[in-house]
Amino acid sequence: MFGKLTLDALYHYDPIIVFANVIMIGAGVLVVALLTYYRKWGYLYREWFTTVDHKKIGVVYIVIALIFLLRGFIDAAMVRGQQATVGAGGEGYLSAAHFAELFTGHGTMMIFFMAMPFLVGLMNIAIPLQIGARDVSFPLLNAISVWLTAAAGALVMISLLVGSFSEAGWSGYTPFSGLEHSPGPGVDYWIWALQISGISTTLTGVNFVTTILKKRAPGMTLMRMPMFTWTVLCTSILIVVSFPALTVALALLALDRSVGTHFFTSIMGGDQMMYINMFWLWGHPEVYILVLPAFGIFSEVVTTYCNKRLFGYTSMVWATMAIAFLSFGVWVHHFYTMGQDPLRNSIFGIATMVIAIPTGVKIYDWIWTMFRGRIEYKLPMLWTLGFLITFVMGGMSGVLLAIPGADYKMHNSLFLVAHFHNVLIPGTMFGLLAGFYYWWPKVFGFRLDEKWGRHSFWGWLVGFYVAFVPLYMLGIMGMPRRMVTYDNPTWQFWLVIAAIGAIIVAYGIFSMFMQIYVSWRDREKNADLTGDPWGGRTLEWAIPSPPPEYNFAVVPEVRDRDAFMEMKVKNRAYERPAKYEDIHMPKSTPLPIVVAALSFFFGFAYVWHIWWLAGLCVLGTVAAVIARSFNDETEFVIPASQVQADEDAFHARLKQADVFTYIDGIQEFGDERTPAGQYVSPTSRATSGAPG
Amino acid sequence: MASSPSYDLNRVRAAARADTEVNFGFWAYLMSDVVLFSMLFLAYVNLSQRFAGGPTPADIFSLHGVFLETMALLASSLTFGLAMVSLHQGRKNHIIGWLLATAVLGIYFLWHEVSEFVHIIHEGASFTRSGFLSAYFGLVGTHGAHVFFGLIWIATMIAQLAVKGLTPPVASRLARLSLFWHFLDLVWICVFSTVYLPGILAGGSS
Amino acid sequence: MSHSDDATPGHAPTARGYVMGYLAALVLTLIPFGAVYYDLMSQGAILLVIAITAVLQLGVHLRFFLHLDMSQEQRWNTISVLFSVFTMFVMVGGTLWLFYSLYARHMMIGY
Repeated sequence: MFGKLTLDALYHYDPIIVFANVIMIGAGVLVVALLTYYRKWGYLYREWFTTVDHKKIGVVYIVIALIFLLRGFIDAAMVRGQQATVGAGGEGYLSAAHFAELFTGHGTMMIFFMAMPFLVGLMNIAIPLQIGARDVSFPLLNAISVWLTAAAGALVMISLLVGSFSEAGWSGYTPFSGLEHSPGPGVDYWIWALQISGISTTLTGVNFVTTILKKRAPGMTLMRMPMFTWTVLCTSILIVVSFPALTVALALLALDRSVGTHFFTSIMGGDQMMYINMFWLWGHPEVYILVLPAFGIFSEVVTTYCNKRLFGYTSMVWATMAIAFLSFGVWVHHFYTMGQDPLRNSIFGIATMVIAIPTGVKIYDWIWTMFRGRIEYKLPMLWTLGFLITFVMGGMSGVLLAIPGADYKMHNSLFLVAHFHNVLIPGTMFGLLAGFYYWWPKVFGFRLDEKWGRHSFWGWLVGFYVAFVPLYMLGIMGMPRRMVTYDNPTWQFWLVIAAIGAIIVAYGIFSMFMQIYVSWRDREKNADLTGDPWGGRTLEWAIPSPPPEYNFAVVPEVRDRDAFMEMKVKNRAYERPAKYEDIHMPKSTPLPIVVAALSFFFGFAYVWHIWWLAGLCVLGTVAAVIARSFNDETEFVIPASQVQADEDAFHARLKQADVFTYIDGIQEFGDERTPAGQYVSPTSRATSGAPG
Repeated sequence: MASSPSYDLNRVRAAARADTEVNFGFWAYLMSDVVLFSMLFLAYVNLSQRFAGGPTPADIFSLHGVFLETMALLASSLTFGLAMVSLHQGRKNHIIGWLLATAVLGIYFLWHEVSEFVHIIHEGASFTRSGFLSAYFGLVGTHGAHVFFGLIWIATMIAQLAVKGLTPPVASRLARLSLFWHFLDLVWICVFSTVYLPGILAGGSS
Repeated sequence: MSHSDDATPGHAPTARGYVMGYLAALVLTLIPFGAVYYDLMSQGAILLVIAITAVLQLGVHLRFFLHLDMSQEQRWNTISVLFSVFTMFVMVGGTLWLFYSLYARHMMIGY
């Protein structure tokens, strides 16, 4: 009846895990109780669980990401704590199995449930607005994607309570992740959490490729797309052609574990190396999936806060495409030591180094954009500067690791760990946080607090260096990754410093949550009346904050790369039509949460081999989708009178903030030729409420 | 049903265009399916010589059976194409007829494939026997699963044509189903050219 | 960018096109099956025939059944196929090339 699931799965010998469960269940009960007490369930159901609005879906993604940022960070802190306190030859406070679950959980959660949802959340919020669209191409599919991600995250969460999580590392290498060496439910939880979130990401990729290629406002040619839109287009294409490799690798591993096939076993003709190859066929493009949109965010930030056109737009576009292409030809550098000949290794090593060239082009483009610009050191600009310096270092250590000979020495050491944190933290995390601050007022209608934001920035930046420079040292000293204990006493000094770094990062994360709280508390004072708090250059700043459900009352006409800036210069910003028209928008529907719930139960049932439940879930999903396909009444109408009223209110706010005087003063696209005396800082205008 | 049939037929034909948003989106999904199958082909080629002392392709493949399956699937591509021709002519009953023909051929293909699987497993050559057999069942089985879902989709579309008539949304779905069905035939060409024919060939001359 | 009008019908497929595609595909199927069945040539030559007819038949299907070309209606579909084929070539070809070396060096062929 319940497959392999027995009450034993609930029994945890480790007091730390019991404690974690108490916290998790306690927090869950508290949230449910509060929602019930304040009667918020109806509101949540109507406005969030059934919504197909891309802006709300983006918010849900980011909420998921922040929850998993905390969980992933706690895992990392516990790993650091173990290694700092264990001492040479000691036992430490963690068992080897628990330690392995922690580093597996940290990697899995940070990549799949923190970075990816955060990224997709920002894509959801910004892309339709930047291209002048009213929604993504497939709003329902979009909602299914977000709730599938939530379902996958729930599987990770429930593994803490029922059974255990994988101990096989975030990459789950065979044969260790095979049934023989990992007989418990952990690897199965890992497989299905990744599988469901991977399918969700594939659907997102399909959705955004179509949205960007098919839904741009009239006049927005490919070479007039904002840089963030370009990078998301390239990332979405990478998603579509690389995630299926992960899907297949995980599916075949699941078959090996559940029905006894021999794809990746080390006996009966299976090939364990094939898994590793297939995993990295996805895994390397994944690195660029994570990093390219962050590059796009930095481009938006640099142009906005330097009030200049992007330097070398065309070279930036080609560099993005070059990186996307090259990302498919370098996966072997993750396993130089597999045993292929030096010729293969050399070729993949050179291909890897070549990626540094388009990346360098981008770095120079950002620097030249800043050159002779009037840089406003707002928070996103700080993240960008922190990124530039830190990322170049990480890139350098990457070029070093790209040399097969050096990699034979360094691979699987803490040097590697330091390297990929050194690219992913500035390259992805800093970009995400810059975008978080940059687009927050657009979504919520008030700006984020600057002071706590700066605390967060310095916490992350200083913490990063203190935590990861010692890992470079340790790597050179020969310390392998993933050690629950060690016998070299000289390592401990550096590990203690790294742990201190983790504490400083913790302060950065704490400050970010304080920043959100303080900004929400002072939301009246921080209100963004105009929808254009930063003097923006792209279309998302042409509409109110928060935008109405339909985004654009009238679909804008694009005449320049910096579409909104052109409108301001040519004095056609905020133009109103003679007459508004009815707008058709997609209806809310419970289908996404139904599909997500069925997927969650399918994953859970597969983990515990409850085959009847898994079968029912598949049947239920197919039935729900077929039933939905018979429904052609999927849209509702927002009447022109409603649009008119919204716009009247928006224009009243624009007048109140004296925006039109400010726009009259803009004569230039904002570049180095602007005479210094006439320059009006858009930010000082927004805070003082009057033109400068 | 339609007050102005000629106008409606134009709408129906426009909905079946390849460059509508939703049809292009489905095409993008098919690209991900291309990669999915290419990974399974990769697994098969890598494991195709790993018999672990078990049966080889020549022991289990039958050229006769594969030939019949291939003919059925190829003919079903033609019948589906003729369904799309009928769509552009606005002949609902013709579409249903050609879809039924396609479904019959698809069911024949699938029935043949499943009985072949049952036969092979019955001879002790199941997917747990060797890396080669795992990869064989994984690849061909995934294709078969796609055909199975294609058949469910055909049944759904026949029902929609009967209930709703040839409306633009139905035409749009038929256009995507046609892409899906032709795509399955493309994959099958790769299957018989990579799995069956070389396998039988290697057995025949050694 | 160009939006296709709501009521602009696309290129209409014809029964003649499908039948022609079918006949071409049929011939390109019969050739490799016949070559294997009657064992007409050396093994290497037959493999070559299988490969060539397969590629040709893929082209026939793409052209006659999926109607791919560089027209306005099909341009992005064709570009996506070309890109997917390119990545497939890199991923599958690269892996086979890699594993060929791996198996040779580890003497793992045919075990």
